[in-house]
Amino acid sequence: MARVTELDVNGTRHRIDADPDRTLLSVLRDDLDLTGTKYGCGEGQCAACTVLIDGTPTKSCLTKVGTVAGKRVVTIEGLAPAGKLHPVQEAFLEADAMQCGWCTPGMILGAVGLLQHTPHPSEADIVSSMNGHICRCGTYSRVVQAIQAAAKKGVHA
Amino acid sequence: MKRRDFFAVMGGGVVVMLVDDDVYAQESGRGGRRDVPQNLSAWLHIGETGIVTVYSGKVEVGQNARTSLTQAVAEELRAPVASIRMVLADTDLTPFDNGTVGSQTTPQMWPVIRRAAAAARETLVDLASQKWMVERSAIQVADGKVTAGDRSAGFGELTNGQKLTRTIPTSVALVPATEWKIAGTSLPKVNGREIVTGAHRFTYDTKVPGMLYGKVLYPASFGATLVSLDSAAAEAMPGVKVVCDGDFVGVTAPDPFTAEKAVAALKAEWKPVVAEASSKDVFAYFKKNARDATGGAGLTAYTVAYIAHVPLEPRSALAQWKDDALTVWTGSQRPFGVRSELSQHFNMPEERVRVIVPDTGSGYGGKHNGEAAYEAARLAKATGKPVKRNWTREEEMTWAYFRPGGLIEVGGKLNPDGTLAEWEFHNYNSGPSALQTPYDVPSKKEQMHQSKSPLRQGSYRGLAGTANHFVRESYMDELAHSAGIDPLEFRLKNTRNERLRAVILAAADKFGWKDRKKAPGRGFGISGGFEKGSYVANCAEVGVVDGAVKVVRVVEAFECGAVVNPEHLRNQIDGAVAMGIGGALFEQVDFAGNKIVTNRLARYRVPRFVDMPVIETVLLDRKDIPSAGAGETPIMGLAPAIGNAIFDATGQRIRSLPMVPGKLPS
Repeated sequence: MARVTELDVNGTRHRIDADPDRTLLSVLRDDLDLTGTKYGCGEGQCAACTVLIDGTPTKSCLTKVGTVAGKRVVTIEGLAPAGKLHPVQEAFLEADAMQCGWCTPGMILGAVGLLQHTPHPSEADIVSSMNGHICRCGTYSRVVQAIQAAAKKGVHA
Repeated sequence: MKRRDFFAVMGGGVVVMLVDDDVYAQESGRGGRRDVPQNLSAWLHIGETGIVTVYSGKVEVGQNARTSLTQAVAEELRAPVASIRMVLADTDLTPFDNGTVGSQTTPQMWPVIRRAAAAARETLVDLASQKWMVERSAIQVADGKVTAGDRSAGFGELTNGQKLTRTIPTSVALVPATEWKIAGTSLPKVNGREIVTGAHRFTYDTKVPGMLYGKVLYPASFGATLVSLDSAAAEAMPGVKVVCDGDFVGVTAPDPFTAEKAVAALKAEWKPVVAEASSKDVFAYFKKNARDATGGAGLTAYTVAYIAHVPLEPRSALAQWKDDALTVWTGSQRPFGVRSELSQHFNMPEERVRVIVPDTGSGYGGKHNGEAAYEAARLAKATGKPVKRNWTREEEMTWAYFRPGGLIEVGGKLNPDGTLAEWEFHNYNSGPSALQTPYDVPSKKEQMHQSKSPLRQGSYRGLAGTANHFVRESYMDELAHSAGIDPLEFRLKNTRNERLRAVILAAADKFGWKDRKKAPGRGFGISGGFEKGSYVANCAEVGVVDGAVKVVRVVEAFECGAVVNPEHLRNQIDGAVAMGIGGALFEQVDFAGNKIVTNRLARYRVPRFVDMPVIETVLLDRKDIPSAGAGETPIMGLAPAIGNAIFDATGQRIRSLPMVPGKLPS
């Protein structure tokens, strides 16, 4: 398979030169230095590596970069490009929905994806949609509160 | 950092407050330095622009030490939060520190930093008094300004280019908790914005130009030794170097993908050693190998499994050698401990090793050592280039250390009135913390029995306190039921400790213990305890359906003296409840044949959203008691409260952690 030479990330077309079998996570972190996307397990169990691909939350550790050609990738760095925080980022800060912060970028992108699809989720919707995300510090109840607060304010991402 | 270096680094006009041995040597007799242990130092600097920089060897791992220490400075120096910079955990820049361990940042470092900031404030008053020729009593310090009548100056202005050094007098007046304005409030996480934007660089994210990526080939099983290595295929890959030295086998490559392929291409033969125990027979192994296995007959046995920390940022390090000096960035709770390890490994003085710890993706007691730091440094030395070594999840879950497993035997006798007459408690292997019962017993025997561990074991959030609380509070429940006394009443009957009674009563009150309604498949449990200067009580409600346990609701009452940051304390408690549920109900390291079976997240279940109960927290803010730490004690009462609730629901006493639902009748 041909090497991947272009990737659309955060609205910019990046020139890259990557083996198509490499993970999107590795290309983002190691080639493009977008280290806000985190490695947590490499097996799709923790969702710390979540990015949006064409708007859908996707685990970048299980995504081969060769499958992303022509698609729009949004990472945490692309959520507040002009320095103004996204409402979900604001809500996470207000709810203190983090401790060490390693899972936070993935959580936020998972929440953004959820709210785009379901603008007014019930608590059960949030739990089932976010259950793939691990926060080892255990801030789950605060993440739920943050997502509820963001939904209440209305998210137009 | 020596005094002269300190000025050289910070430059400009400064006021420096030092608690440092070489300053003590220069200025002995001034101030009361003798009472400050050498491992409790902080340095504070006020620059010409009014920026306050504070240096502490503590580490931020998500417990919000960076924020609470900032509050200490803001409170005592009366400086705006935005003007305060905390430099943490850099062995070249910050004073020596034993490590961010044992919930000690708040009881030990926090007061030291408060004293440093208060002394700086008094120095500013001295400067203003001299400059303006006014009485000290006429001078106020507030909001980053010093004022007297209509005169006012910023902090930086007052320092006026001087290089002033002050030691911290013991007598310096601290603001009492009842008058706190910034301490005691819920200051948000000071670097929260960097977290939600992904801008913060954890060790895993750090890079330097020209660095290589390192991987290590570990033995096929614990203790195995290398018989032979065929590295030809790996070495044929472009840019790959293989390092083999004794049983250490590593590779470096220009990118992580190549490094992975290279390590996978190594063909190694290992000679295994016979496994001494597996997770199935380890509890008998503990007793058999105990130094002093003299537990009395007729005791009740409980067991506690090994569990894993699973910090979501795995171990990571970046090492760089320059002119025989080594700099390492790594996520560790003990930067100075790692410096010492590296100095010994490479047989070089500690002064030539610098360890820097960026705010780290959690630790929970699991990152005390420098494993990744050592590997990166070794590979960097061999290649002459900086080397990054990021552990995978599987490496983290196999080659890190674990919370010890344990066997605990317990027994007790009651007087006819339900008060404790005798108490006996033996802990094999899991540790002595919180071994002593906080209840009043006239005759008691409590012993820790060191044993052998088949796995590498070490510190953990709440470590043995969790094991010992689980057993004691479960067995207290057993005694209460045997005597036909309500578990709440039984606890109150057996302790006169006012602080313990207060948390138990607060939890029971919030929970509605006395009004709880029995229903099929529904149970209620209570627990209480004390450790590391803090008191905790939990009430839990569980539902048991077809043998599966769901924790429905948890109330936690917690008292750690004067509360430093209520919201962050509640957050710590939320996290402790979540983590406590994992250890109580499903976390367990399975091992056999010197291999870890639960070496991936797919095989080791940690708590998730779906496992969360409703969590209600009651903080007892004792402004008359010095603040204690809160990172650990809030986890200790979860397992017994849940276990007691399972007993209440099913009549089954589960005496092992985790309390596996499969062991329940359906």
